[in-house]
Amino acid sequence: MGRPALGLIVNPIAGMGGSVGLKGTDTAAILSEARARGAVPQAGARAAVVLEALAAARPGLELFAAPGEMGEGIAREADLRPSVVGAPAEGETSAVDTHAAAEAMAAAGARLIVFAGGDGTARDMAAALGDRVPVIGVPAGVKMHSAVYATSPRAAADLALRALAQDIEARPREVMDIDEEAFRAGAISAKLYGYLPVPYAPDLTQSVKAGGVSSDRAALSGIAAEIAGRMEAGRLYILGPGTTTRAIAEALGLPKTLLGVDLVRDGAVIAADATEAAILRALDESPPGAIVVTPIGGQGHFLGRGNQQIGARVVRAVGLDRLLVAATPEKLASLRDSTLHVDTGDPDLDRALSGWRRVITGRGNETVCRVAA
Amino acid sequence: MTDRIGGGFHAAHWDEPLIDEIPGDGGRGLLPPKVDDAIADAVGDVPAALPEGVRRAVPPALPSLPQHRVLRHFLRLSQMAMGFDVTVDMMGTCTMKYSPKVHEYVARLPGFADVHPLQDPETLQGTLEILYRFNRVMCEIAGMDAFTFQPASGAQGIYTNACLIRAYHAARGDGGKRDEIITTAFSHPADAATPAVAGFKVITLMPGEMGFAEVDALKAAVSERTAGLMLTNPEDTGQYNPHIRAFVDIVHEAGGLCAYDQANGNPLLGVVRAGDTGFDMCQFNLHKTFSAPHGALGLGCAAVGVKAHLERFLPRPLVTYDGERYGLDYEQGEGIEKIRAFIGNVHAVLKAYAWVRSLGAEGLRAVAETAVLNNNYMLHHIRQIEGTTIPWPKNTYPKLEQVRYSWEPLYEETGVASHDVLNRMVDFGVQHYMESHVPMLVPQPFTLEPGESLTIAEMDHVLGALRRIAEEARNAPEQVTAAPHSAAIRPIDGDVPEDPDCWAFTSRAYRRKRGNWANVKRGLGGHGGGYS
Repeated sequence: MGRPALGLIVNPIAGMGGSVGLKGTDTAAILSEARARGAVPQAGARAAVVLEALAAARPGLELFAAPGEMGEGIAREADLRPSVVGAPAEGETSAVDTHAAAEAMAAAGARLIVFAGGDGTARDMAAALGDRVPVIGVPAGVKMHSAVYATSPRAAADLALRALAQDIEARPREVMDIDEEAFRAGAISAKLYGYLPVPYAPDLTQSVKAGGVSSDRAALSGIAAEIAGRMEAGRLYILGPGTTTRAIAEALGLPKTLLGVDLVRDGAVIAADATEAAILRALDESPPGAIVVTPIGGQGHFLGRGNQQIGARVVRAVGLDRLLVAATPEKLASLRDSTLHVDTGDPDLDRALSGWRRVITGRGNETVCRVAA
Repeated sequence: MTDRIGGGFHAAHWDEPLIDEIPGDGGRGLLPPKVDDAIADAVGDVPAALPEGVRRAVPPALPSLPQHRVLRHFLRLSQMAMGFDVTVDMMGTCTMKYSPKVHEYVARLPGFADVHPLQDPETLQGTLEILYRFNRVMCEIAGMDAFTFQPASGAQGIYTNACLIRAYHAARGDGGKRDEIITTAFSHPADAATPAVAGFKVITLMPGEMGFAEVDALKAAVSERTAGLMLTNPEDTGQYNPHIRAFVDIVHEAGGLCAYDQANGNPLLGVVRAGDTGFDMCQFNLHKTFSAPHGALGLGCAAVGVKAHLERFLPRPLVTYDGERYGLDYEQGEGIEKIRAFIGNVHAVLKAYAWVRSLGAEGLRAVAETAVLNNNYMLHHIRQIEGTTIPWPKNTYPKLEQVRYSWEPLYEETGVASHDVLNRMVDFGVQHYMESHVPMLVPQPFTLEPGESLTIAEMDHVLGALRRIAEEARNAPEQVTAAPHSAAIRPIDGDVPEDPDCWAFTSRAYRRKRGNWANVKRGLGGHGGGYS
């Protein structure tokens, strides 16, 4: 392995729609509307905080930067001499430029890529990189439903420095995005687009010394053992997306789709990546066992974000007392407002799910958390 | 800072090996005299009389050093350490306070120092009398009916509570059915860990908007499976949960027992009694609130108290008194045989007894009131240090004995984290502070508990150091992040004690694992730092 090389990609227009009430900046038309309403770019300033901290700690840092305002500019301002990868964009930058820069950095051997943006940028990164290169998101977008962001630009810098100084494990984190058109019309339709590897440092996700890396892993296998142990013969178990539910399937010796909802009965997968209709059909054939879901890291939704297949009709058919929420203590500690959220699209159901709810946090361990609609 | 409190501090640095790695050159501090021939003849060959399984084939590798080298070894280690007796120490959740030295004198009197728990109780009357009397004193302080001092640490005391709950339900035939213990996120982690060890499932209540657990959260947790409630109050945040009476009633109605972890009991002495709040049992750390010295993880003692309906489950033996003579009852009880050998760390009980008797009832209440006043003095001034916040801004109640603060604004502004400030404290001649127990729900936390011993000038010194460090974070952050500069040891990488491949609790483990330490960047064993 050569010298640690860091990649930097800034989506300069990320976040511009937010301050002027436009909920996002995914299309060129919305961007010009945002500019017309007086929005100013912010992502660059947030990324600059990261770069200044990096330059102060490692003045000779080997850096790949996307051209111009996508990274090169602020890198030079921070007295770093970046190798520029990718061609400068003509006119406004777009998803194509993010994609190309990420691709080029991976090919050039970047060990880690820091990107500043929101969920749209995270999606582009995931599409370009898959799990090839670990990334750290600098929170700078309007929509930040994904779990790939550090808690602040400062925390992003600290995490990057640590990841460059020593080999630390990267773990898959959710990349989520919502349909902006629908969002502007008042409806939220979030989709889980994939996972990006993010370096794992518990103290920078605000749960220092929760027992360290080993205990989070232990909690995950404890959750898996707990739920697998509760399963009864002949009943239908509906496993939502995510690495937590995948651990449960692994404990049962079963495959699991990372993005999909899989149905399990009597120790076998009876449907993978099931639609809501398929789940309802399966519930006609077998008595309900449980729905098992896990909240999205950082933002805390356990229904209505990326798992819409488990809709209100499914939850009602299974029963509220058979809805199991599972999360490691570390994930709960990372929630920005210490609260879990639901958004099933059914206000009555959301109300019924609100209040205090038990969350499975390990083998023989539960935590009572507040749930808000 | 050169004031007279922390002024000009610089620790000694010694590259001191483990005691059994110091070359002794054949020196030896003590040579016992040869046994008289008559005795040797009468006793015979002692090693040969031992069963083979306990006989050593190879003699133990005991260190062999002259007395002065042994003394030097421990004095050197003490020179590289801090603590209440050399500096200002307000480590949160630890209740650091002055332990009067006259109690050390009392503890060294031959009648206390030269006794053994297996002596005939007839020859232990003085010691047993103190244990008995202190039991009555603690019952009065806590509103309980009986105490045991057998547990040797706070966690062992909490574990005793978990065992009492288990024994109570087992005796009623509910053992398998009631298997859940409820605790809160800001209680000491032992309130979750020890019931798990005792075989219970553990339900943790997250705090509500005011920073403490809410009644509705408890209602979501209780059921016919509830065995009990185990919590601290005030919690680590220094916040007294105002709903505590309702908590106790709800758990009782559900058929559970309530255990009050009073490790944070300093602000409650003479003010509130666990028994009056409805708790079935409680636990104090004599090495914290009751001034038996707290430090070096040594000679701890937890006092565990119960109401009458649980007395029969206490571990054996209990001290008895028939109106004339004191005795030890090894037959009493059911459920818990033992938590630890014999009757506990008697010297901790002795010092705690001396402390309580020297203060009296009014003095105990004055301890609580002074500790609360000191803490609110600190709170008032820390609020005004730019870069700090007090979590849960909606909660404007005064705090009791400690506060969990946050350096989050300072960190976001400067990149200087709470653990950097912690390390820098040492350069001001102050014991570093405690950040937080787990889980760390407050970002960049720090927890201060000034206690009742400190003077205003001493508290002002700590406040001055915190203010100055916050300024340094803005003007010369490397001064803070490279700290401590004046300590015996440069900053230690937190990963070493967290890594099972590196941590070592015995010299044998240390020798086996120290090769792994080199793989982790850290400052141990290097140059001891200098003035900067």
